Amino acid sequence: MKVKKLLGMALALTLVAGLAVGCGNKNENAGTSNTPSNSGTATKGAGEIYFLNFKPEIAPIYEKIAKDYEAETGVKVKVQTAAAGTYETQLKAEIAKSDAPTIFQMNGPVGYQNWKDYTLNLKDTKLYSYLSDQSLAVTDGDGVYGIPYVVEGYGIIYNNAIMQKYFALADKAVSVSSMEEVNDFATLKAVVEDMTAKKDQLGIKGVFSSTSLAAGEQWRWQTHLANIPLYYEFKDNTEYDNTILAGLATNEAQFKYADNFKNIFDLYINNSVTKGTLLGSKSVTDSMAEFALGQSAMVQNGNWAWGQINEVGGNVVKAEDIKFLPVYTGMPDDKSQGLAIGTENYFAINSKVSPEKQQASIAFLEWLFSSDKGKAYVTNELGFIAPFNTFKDNEKPADPLAKEVLAWMEKDGITSVPWTFAAFPSEEFKNIFGDALLQYAQGNQTWDQVVTAFKDAWKSEKAK
Amino acid sequence: MQRSIKKYFPLFALPTILAFTIAFVIPFILGVYLSFTEFTTVNNAKWVGFSNYIKAFSNKEFLDALWFTVKFTVVNVITINVLAFTFALLLTRGKKGTNVFRTIFFMPNLIGGIVLGYIWQLIINGVLYKFEATLTSDAKYGFWGLIVLMCWQLIGYMMIIYIAGIQNVSKDVIEAAKIDGCTRFGILRNVTIPLVMPSITICLFLSLSNSFKLFDQNLALTAGAPAKQTTMLALDIYNTFYGRVGYEGVGQAKAVVFFILVALIALIQLKMTRSKEVEN
Repeated sequence: MKVKKLLGMALALTLVAGLAVGCGNKNENAGTSNTPSNSGTATKGAGEIYFLNFKPEIAPIYEKIAKDYEAETGVKVKVQTAAAGTYETQLKAEIAKSDAPTIFQMNGPVGYQNWKDYTLNLKDTKLYSYLSDQSLAVTDGDGVYGIPYVVEGYGIIYNNAIMQKYFALADKAVSVSSMEEVNDFATLKAVVEDMTAKKDQLGIKGVFSSTSLAAGEQWRWQTHLANIPLYYEFKDNTEYDNTILAGLATNEAQFKYADNFKNIFDLYINNSVTKGTLLGSKSVTDSMAEFALGQSAMVQNGNWAWGQINEVGGNVVKAEDIKFLPVYTGMPDDKSQGLAIGTENYFAINSKVSPEKQQASIAFLEWLFSSDKGKAYVTNELGFIAPFNTFKDNEKPADPLAKEVLAWMEKDGITSVPWTFAAFPSEEFKNIFGDALLQYAQGNQTWDQVVTAFKDAWKSEKAK
Repeated sequence: MQRSIKKYFPLFALPTILAFTIAFVIPFILGVYLSFTEFTTVNNAKWVGFSNYIKAFSNKEFLDALWFTVKFTVVNVITINVLAFTFALLLTRGKKGTNVFRTIFFMPNLIGGIVLGYIWQLIINGVLYKFEATLTSDAKYGFWGLIVLMCWQLIGYMMIIYIAGIQNVSKDVIEAAKIDGCTRFGILRNVTIPLVMPSITICLFLSLSNSFKLFDQNLALTAGAPAKQTTMLALDIYNTFYGRVGYEGVGQAKAVVFFILVALIALIQLKMTRSKEVEN
């Protein structure tokens, strides 16, 4: 009997202990944050700075830069990378520690609202003065709290070799004969659907790479693709001269151009490598691999994807064949629409770490974007189109996608679409919309339900 | 003797009490406190009273997750225990290869939840692909996927506990029952089961609390897809806390509610099965 009683007690404790771990994780931070860090990571002046990286695809390069920087200056740079879609989560956990990130990243004005207690005013830094267009920075009143460090563009990446093959077919059903002539949605649709019909001749599995809709892999649709119709919607609001500001002031988005979104989204899923019902298991990596292996001719992504395409083993796509096409959605302005160009990457310096660390962090960033060595890394390895005036014309990245972005930016009569999604209410909003898209792709929801989900989520997330 | 034990009690218990306080009591109190505050990180909490609890309960996702968890727990506790008990009965007959089978059944328990989740995701998706579906196509796939996964993982463990219980049943009692003309099923119902009641208590308890608090497997297998329909309570709390800025306090409030629920269920269940136990 006694044994049993003890056993019962032990069981009860096991349960409680399990719970303690559950709630404990978050609280441990509180316990340790007030005490000085242990000897291993002791803060010796600014001996170490900590950069929490947002971009998993270029994490190894940052490690290299950190090593080089330490060799040159003796300042250790700890680089930690958050897995795709977990940046906010990780930042929240890390920033409460005594060894908090000294450099972190925000996604623009909305992100700034979440982190404003932790951002240092960077107005007087050289880094801010380097910006070629200072209006790009995240500002609040007089202060400057976020510095954009990369300009990126996205659109539909296509493999020109496959397109050439298609245009050379004798029995093609369209009259256009080069990608230059594909400049609106109707033409794109005709070409894509005819290509699907002839996919065996072309040796592809589908025109578009899989529309990745697995959890955490939906950003190309719920953020990037949604940007296009919402840009047009907010542009109609003439009270503001900037679509992001118009978006931030919108409490109830109408999703006026939902049909345009549907146009292109349907085109993606109906002419895809993967059947619609199977898209819930596909990741961005899967779809980039399909493109790199020549199984698909097109994929919607941005210039950051070059590394991913390039690194896939058995890659059959030649660099000179990789081109960009704007995401046409059947708007009247299709013909003059360019790539979507902007940034959601802003550096912020943690205002709660010691001033020495803050200075060391700023120094590191200034080194990266102004010293010859740093700039070489930025241009050649990170492949950033950096918005700083420290970069000369011959220091622009040379990878095919970045070159395409620069080329599209300079085309006459073409207006780039700004990254209006900086105005989206929250991550939660994007996820709700992404889930609805998955349900739609699987045939569990109608398009009207998706539109309703979008509007409701916008309204309720905005109200918070 | 008694007096000296009393005298030295604080000294001997001190290390444990200290560890318990640091690792459990303080975080727990802090956790409850934080559930009444609004905070981004735990260092800048602002008191807001009960508003977090109101938000938690007016949040449909939380109630959905609760309902899903309850459904899952009921099905899971039944399947795990029935299967584990059956295996235990089969593997206490002294048949050849008993030890090999015991080992094999126990092995899945040694693999971590996240790994298991991903492995089963591959397996289940592989099968569903043939029918042009994936785990995210319908919430029921995720539900049954989780059940299969948890059965696979926990049956071996529960089986070992049942085996220990069954082996402890004295041969004399069974022989006496046989002589009295009891059938095999009768022996199982009237002799074995009452005598292994302590094992059943433990197994029910373990499978119940494991199912209710399930997190890793849920995260790795479905991550709540499609559209949060397979999110269980622990995952919902995690998502609220980490996934949404400004909702840390609400997540904390949900965690406190979760604690109360788990403690309550476990206590009631313990009491109920305890009263059925028979002295061996």
